[in-house]
Amino acid sequence: MSTREIAVTVNGAVQRHAVEPRLLLSDFLRGTLGLTGTHIGCEHGVCGACTVLLDGDSVRACLMFAVQADGCRVETVESLGRIGALNPLQQSFHEHHALQCGFCTPGMLMTATDLLKKYPLASDDEIRGGLSGNLCRCTGYEHIVAAIRAVKERT
Amino acid sequence: MKPAAFEYVVADSVEMAVASLAQAGGDAKIIAGGQSLVPMLNFRLLRPSVLVDINRIPGLAHVREDGNVVRVGALTRHHQLETSPVIAAHFPVLREAMAHVAHLAIRNRGTIGGSLSHADPAAELPMMAMLLDAELRIVSSAATRTVAARDFFRDALSVDLAEDEIVTEIVLPKLPPNTGWGFEEVARRSGDFALAAVAMTLALSDGRIAQARIAMTGVAPTARRVAEAERLLIGQRLDDGVGSDVIEAVRAAAEPPTDLHASSDYRRHLVGVLAARALAAAWSRA
Repeated sequence: MSTREIAVTVNGAVQRHAVEPRLLLSDFLRGTLGLTGTHIGCEHGVCGACTVLLDGDSVRACLMFAVQADGCRVETVESLGRIGALNPLQQSFHEHHALQCGFCTPGMLMTATDLLKKYPLASDDEIRGGLSGNLCRCTGYEHIVAAIRAVKERT
Repeated sequence: MKPAAFEYVVADSVEMAVASLAQAGGDAKIIAGGQSLVPMLNFRLLRPSVLVDINRIPGLAHVREDGNVVRVGALTRHHQLETSPVIAAHFPVLREAMAHVAHLAIRNRGTIGGSLSHADPAAELPMMAMLLDAELRIVSSAATRTVAARDFFRDALSVDLAEDEIVTEIVLPKLPPNTGWGFEEVARRSGDFALAAVAMTLALSDGRIAQARIAMTGVAPTARRVAEAERLLIGQRLDDGVGSDVIEAVRAAAEPPTDLHASSDYRRHLVGVLAARALAAAWSRA
């Protein structure tokens, strides 16, 4: 088993590890770094649960290899806030009951973070379109849309 | 679902990428955005010995005007095309198409070269390359060649690309003045591959159609142009009542598959409906 040394800045801290090339970024984050906030649902890019930011852009962590993130910045849901110090998006999810079982929530938050940065999100339709790559098996979409709309209206 | 082990090569130049491909003798895959490749690796539908990563090759992610053409680097991400002012100015039909390509997280990563090389039969970009008469610049360790999009797509997931070749640039000829466009797609869910989609451009001269281009995807093993329907439109005005013949020609050129998402008959009906809408939109914009 050949490994490769990588240095990835995850949530602001440089992480140096020797990894097998086939190690998915999602498994690197969860297994190697213990950052279990990033959830793994489908492992083929359909469910969106593993969405993280790579150099500021949302990506599926299950659709790239950790070696590809060498030299890059990765932000996971752990970067957003903490209990007692939620960021505005997390606070809005809390206030609007935008999570039920919570499995999809990290992906929803990271996707919404990128959507809020890149699109006007002028209508609920646009918010829904933007979220269409993230599946919530509790089907609690109404409250997720409301939470994102509220953040948009506040900014 | 974890990929089988592979040797990982980071190419820092096109020369290095094609040399690595040649050296692997057909047992290598290029990884660009990886948005179609990595699922296939995770499912172990593909087990290449070598993965050649081209993401760090400089100079492959441009969208640039060059006289009568726009040059698009193969590593250009979908989101870059979606937001490019050059694309919006010269190919509004392509800009519209990009909004239908998957989801933001996929568009942040997926590339035009990867999408064309993968050639999913229901993807948007192969259709757009056909519609816009794109030319693909292809490089191997031995030579550089150019192939027209209409000659590139051979079958589902099969293109005119040898084991040691790589697409480096897509060249899009600018549209004639007074060109209207239409793009219509139906997918099961927002961001899914198309059940059927139609893209069209109409260029007018003296109030009549001087050039018509009609392309469709999701209804045959590859994206297709519909030459017969295009021919019917030449010299016509839309109010001449040519529309129904055009729609029938589009349906006749479709060979839609039946799968769990839709029947062949449904897709054939749908592609006609979409062609009618795209035609009306293109005429009104021309």
